[in-house]
Amino acid sequence: MKLSFSSEDEQFRQEIATWLQDNLCGKYEPLRFRGGPGDEHMFPEERKRWEQHMAQAGWLCVGWPKEHGGRALSINQQVIFYEEYARAGGPGLAGHIGAGLTGPTLIAFGTEEQKQRFLPGIINGTEYWCQGYSEPSAGSDLANVSTKAVLGTAADGHTQQWRINGQKVWTSLAHESDWCFVIARTEPGSQGHKGLSFLLVPMDQPGIEVRPIEQITGTSEFNEVFFDDAVTDANNIVGQPGDGWKIAMALLGFERGVSTLGQQMAFQNELDEIIRIAKNNGAAEEPTIRQRIADAWMGLRIMRYNSLRMLSGPQDGTLQKEAMIYKLFWTDWHSNLGKLAMDVLGPESEIIEEGQYGLSRLQSMYLFSRSDTIYGGTNEIQRNIIAERALGMPKEPKGAV
Amino acid sequence: MEFVFTPEQQMIQDTARQFLDACSNSGHVRDAMTKTTGYDAELWQKICHEMYWQAIHIPEQYGGLGLGCVEMAILFEQMGRRLLCSPYFSTVALATNALLVAGTEAQKQHYLPRIADGSLTATLAYIGHASHGDNNSKDRYHNGWHTDSVTVTALPQFNQHTVITGYTLSGTLHYVPHGHTADLLVIAARLPDSSGEEGVSLFLLPSHLQGVEVQWTPSMDQTRPLAQITLNNVIIPADNVMLQSEYAWPLLEKTLQLACVALAAEQMGGAQQALDLTLEYTKERKQFGRAIASFQAIKHRMADMMLQVESARSAVYYAACIADEALQHHNPAAATDNVSQNDPLSPGNACHSSLDHSLADELPLASSLAKAYCSDAYFHCAAESIQLHGGVGFTWEYDPHLYFKRAKSSETLLGNASFHREKIAQIIL
Repeated sequence: MKLSFSSEDEQFRQEIATWLQDNLCGKYEPLRFRGGPGDEHMFPEERKRWEQHMAQAGWLCVGWPKEHGGRALSINQQVIFYEEYARAGGPGLAGHIGAGLTGPTLIAFGTEEQKQRFLPGIINGTEYWCQGYSEPSAGSDLANVSTKAVLGTAADGHTQQWRINGQKVWTSLAHESDWCFVIARTEPGSQGHKGLSFLLVPMDQPGIEVRPIEQITGTSEFNEVFFDDAVTDANNIVGQPGDGWKIAMALLGFERGVSTLGQQMAFQNELDEIIRIAKNNGAAEEPTIRQRIADAWMGLRIMRYNSLRMLSGPQDGTLQKEAMIYKLFWTDWHSNLGKLAMDVLGPESEIIEEGQYGLSRLQSMYLFSRSDTIYGGTNEIQRNIIAERALGMPKEPKGAV
Repeated sequence: MEFVFTPEQQMIQDTARQFLDACSNSGHVRDAMTKTTGYDAELWQKICHEMYWQAIHIPEQYGGLGLGCVEMAILFEQMGRRLLCSPYFSTVALATNALLVAGTEAQKQHYLPRIADGSLTATLAYIGHASHGDNNSKDRYHNGWHTDSVTVTALPQFNQHTVITGYTLSGTLHYVPHGHTADLLVIAARLPDSSGEEGVSLFLLPSHLQGVEVQWTPSMDQTRPLAQITLNNVIIPADNVMLQSEYAWPLLEKTLQLACVALAAEQMGGAQQALDLTLEYTKERKQFGRAIASFQAIKHRMADMMLQVESARSAVYYAACIADEALQHHNPAAATDNVSQNDPLSPGNACHSSLDHSLADELPLASSLAKAYCSDAYFHCAAESIQLHGGVGFTWEYDPHLYFKRAKSSETLLGNASFHREKIAQIIL
């Protein structure tokens, strides 16, 4: 067990830090520290251009295997990459769903044709993805999906295609996306985990309507997506019909990983801002605030070492205990940080800019962090998972359907 | 960067677990805690002669195993899990660390081999104030573990050439772990009329010296006995003064930081066992026709316990890696010259976070982090274990009270969570 990085890794740190310094400037300067959860509505087009710029230098999808265009970076170098990217204020990557979820899923389960068709768009920053999982009646109970897909003949009389009807909700970045992966029920009358399929669906078509959801921040990055006879080619299914749940769950496994280090660096930026304000306005003299700031600092440090344990441990796809607590830990930490930010600001925390509900970054973080403990599996669901899978406690009895 | 055990570390953990499962179960602990010494001398000898744990991080040149703080944390975790009653913490985490940090070469050569071969137990004593409030001690609360807690006076003795030949020590020391049985006492004392960090020296005091009175003070947690030590004009020669005489506060502080990492590891092990005991009980206990472990009200609380235990684990391993760096790069003179540490949080330093010296500089932060987090986590888990055991959790017969009491005494020892959070605040704010 040791914490220091090798000199080769340190050299890599210099390389990426220098590249960012030389490139994240000029026309890209305004993008620094923008985007990401709570700020996805800012500069969407410019951020995509930045991602294409990164792609040209080979800095997207750095963990992917070389055969698929990645750099196959070691875990240590991926850690360094995400740390340096966030430290430099690299904007939130709109491509993270493609890079972190679609890509690894296709690499693991996709056909050769699917890899050739979809991976280049992700790695070049030219095609963006969103995730069609939750539905109005399938939130915590995700398997209760009712969006339906039927395989049939297209209007041209000979092409086979899936015809999709139903609704998805809480779809981040749907309005910025070219493709959506959708879990749909392809076996009529099936229930729960069975009879679901994992489909890749183009967003730009008459059968799809995206409606932004106005959040407590007054902004919108989550959407409702309506499928009204939306179509996709018969080949755009990952795995076999009925494999949808298996693939959907494997994909969630890809979600926890090195990018957590970048997220933490963004948190560090928020904490630094709070510390700066506290020192300036005298809140840092207040004993209870001092305790809470120290506590926040501790939580962030612990998060880092929870991650490093998770990343250093066996990479065999099994979920370690430190991985199972990860989401519960950071979401509680982050929503507490939001409250701390407002308490440090004092009465000034109430004042917003004139115009359209003009929140500051910290105000926006404070409000947006209320979603952290809900999306991607609520904290209550996280506790069920910990209790049942890590501690082996008996499963919740199923209610009558 | 490899934040995972080496095969050798894994083996140390497995061996320690097996040994303590066999030698320090609930019956053994209950037996040991009723002895006036507070431990089973036979088991201690077995540890010293079969396991060599007391020698774990003593360098090989002094007869030790020459391993590091991660290996030591692994042992403390298992000892905490099994509430091992022994002078291990006082001898290894307190006194040995003091010798490694502040011992002269002659002192190390004299004492470390004796600790390593199991012939000597030791402890560290520095708290001069009793905080019971009977002697108008309102201003002496300070959570107990502060520079002003050092009140024993060290009066220099001079020869005709005004060279210091020794000191006369007077005063009372409180809350000394295993202080009534230790052969060797590391004592912090200060020049008369000095205050704060000024004038503090460290002394090596064999407990049989004339004028040293030790007395066991019965305590609520019976698994780690405490003692009161009174020094009645004890005359100590200059050879027994440790490094940086009269300017030794930074060395004492560093010793305490290393000890905090060890204590945090022990607390984490205790929290893990409180969780495991409760898990086992709630899976067996049936009410309303089902195991109570199947109720969400129980499951969610257990999940929160596990979150704290696993986070405590990350905090301990992190702090242990930092303690390794800090001991390897220890330079007593630099420690006293450079009391205000470099700020490892400033962007420039963070950029070079892998440089060894800056990792070593994180010790004040890392040790306080581990002690603060593990103190709260252990108390939380031990309290939950009583609640989730229901009525039997409140009995003497079941074990949760042993963990609950140990959690509280360990939380207080070397400063509680808010004390350490304030230390962190002083660095980052």
